[in-house]
Amino acid sequence: MEIAFAALVGVFLAVAVFLLLSRTLIRMLLGLAVLGNAVNLLIFTAGRLTRAVPPIVPEGATVPSAPFANPLPQALILTAIVIGFAMFAFLLVLAWRACQALETDDTGAMRLAEPEGGPHPPLSY
Amino acid sequence: MTALSTPIADWIVVLPVVLALLGAALLLMPMRSRLPLGGLAILVTAAICANDVLLFMRVFADGPLAMTMGKWLPPFGISFSADVMGAAFALAGAFVTLVVLFYLAVGEPRGDREQGLYPLILLLLAGISGAFLTGDLFNLYVWFEVMLIASFGLLAGGGRAIQLDATVKYGFLNFLATTLFLMALGLLYGLLGTLNMADIALSAPKAAPAAMAGIGALFLLAFGTKAAAFPVNTWLPASYHAPPAALSALLAGLLTKVGVYALLRTLVALLPGARETLEPAIAVIAIATMLLAPLGAIAETNLRRAIGFMVIGGIGIALSGLALPSQAGLAGATLYVFHAILTMTALYLVAGLAEKLTGETDSRRMGGLYAASAPVSILFLVAVLAASGVPPFLGFWPKLLLLQAGAGNAGLVGIALVVALLVNALLTLIAGTRLWAHIFWRQKPDRAVPPAVSAGLASVPAAILVAAIVLAGLWPDLPVAAANAAASGLIDPAQYIAAVGLGGAP
Repeated sequence: MEIAFAALVGVFLAVAVFLLLSRTLIRMLLGLAVLGNAVNLLIFTAGRLTRAVPPIVPEGATVPSAPFANPLPQALILTAIVIGFAMFAFLLVLAWRACQALETDDTGAMRLAEPEGGPHPPLSY
Repeated sequence: MTALSTPIADWIVVLPVVLALLGAALLLMPMRSRLPLGGLAILVTAAICANDVLLFMRVFADGPLAMTMGKWLPPFGISFSADVMGAAFALAGAFVTLVVLFYLAVGEPRGDREQGLYPLILLLLAGISGAFLTGDLFNLYVWFEVMLIASFGLLAGGGRAIQLDATVKYGFLNFLATTLFLMALGLLYGLLGTLNMADIALSAPKAAPAAMAGIGALFLLAFGTKAAAFPVNTWLPASYHAPPAALSALLAGLLTKVGVYALLRTLVALLPGARETLEPAIAVIAIATMLLAPLGAIAETNLRRAIGFMVIGGIGIALSGLALPSQAGLAGATLYVFHAILTMTALYLVAGLAEKLTGETDSRRMGGLYAASAPVSILFLVAVLAASGVPPFLGFWPKLLLLQAGAGNAGLVGIALVVALLVNALLTLIAGTRLWAHIFWRQKPDRAVPPAVSAGLASVPAAILVAAIVLAGLWPDLPVAAANAAASGLIDPAQYIAAVGLGGAP
């Protein structure tokens, strides 16, 4: 089971890196979204996979009985999903505004902040 | 569950974050009114500053201070823990935020200010205070994201095309870095079963060294990107010059330093084994950053972009302490980060003044500003000299400590780092004084004599920072003692672990 999940994380990561290496903003955004999911799956897998044993404390006891699913990775992933979603939403709007303002979605052509063929430094002192 | 609640006096560990978050929320409410939001933000930040001073004095006198949330015992509840390093950085961060808010109040014309500016600045302060004071790695990730979203808003606010372009590059690369950090966290949790920093420091030596080194490398990549170390530094010169000068000053003072802090914390205090394995790589990164960044500053003509390259060079210096983990090396790195928070903010503030007085952003079209405003030229020169580590200023002492550490290291690493540190100082000096010569000393290209202008009150905030750099450089006993305490805390985190409430019998 772990091996299958690890392989899945690997596939997700490969897809994410491939998309992030693209020059188009939307493809890069999709890459970030896939990368976020790869990392969430990775945390889930690293927290050990225990099937169908919810971490619920039985009545009268103070700790759940021995084999139970680890709730912490799920809490971590939940936080990461929320944060990742907020970031993704912001970057999506940003990409939209940047496309409008710069009239391109090609990061190679976005050279306003870093002008291409910049001036030579002054030779004087 | 623990029956003991935290004494009220210990709440100063979380108060900086609480105050900043509450202040940000409060300032969001009257956004459309005519209330003086800047004044309110200054009040909140001054309170945070005072709190950080108390926290620093307490931690410096009595050792680390910790508090665990929600009545859970330490490794399970989220801990906040301040040691000398975290408290000193939090203090410096709150101080420069206060100065920048002051600059915004006196130096920028009112009216065209975006509505969300002050809440975002306080949110950024909450993020950096949280990052410096938290004792939990996942919590550190959350504060990184708080910082990130606030800095997105500050960079893009106003929505000029150049700002959007800068924010795209800043946003994608930094979000990628925090995602890599999250990946390292997940793997670390899988290996150790804990994310509490004190608990990690206890259990890391028992884990497989090879796996730890891999996680350490991921941390190095993630935090190296946040800190703008050499091969992953490209987001910084692409973005820091786009927003108004006051905001680039704030970002330059705070963001990259949090990356260095996280590197020092994770690699030296938590995973020392991984750091040892990675030492050659860290040394190469530090040397490359130290040598290449000032060359970028020499080649660049846009004033604030050139200063951006100087910020990157400083990161190389701080990383050289990571490669020389002796008492002197770590004290040097800590003190350097503290100094860089003040100096880089001062440099950007003075650059903002120069841009305002000349109406230009390119250093080739400026000139003759010394005749127009001598005080500004003196502020810029002092800040540049401090950044390159010339003796009377604060920047000299961390370099001295680092050179000592390099000389004390018998291996090739020590020699290489000493040479790189010296060459970096020389190159930074050349870059900085060239900028000074072109902007202040040389005539304007069209030989016009600029009219005498006064920066007036707007130069006061930069003067406060420069005065702090000079005074701390002339009386360095307290900063150096604090840096030494911070370094001992990093080398032997036993006190830190005990303060969180773990350790005991190993």
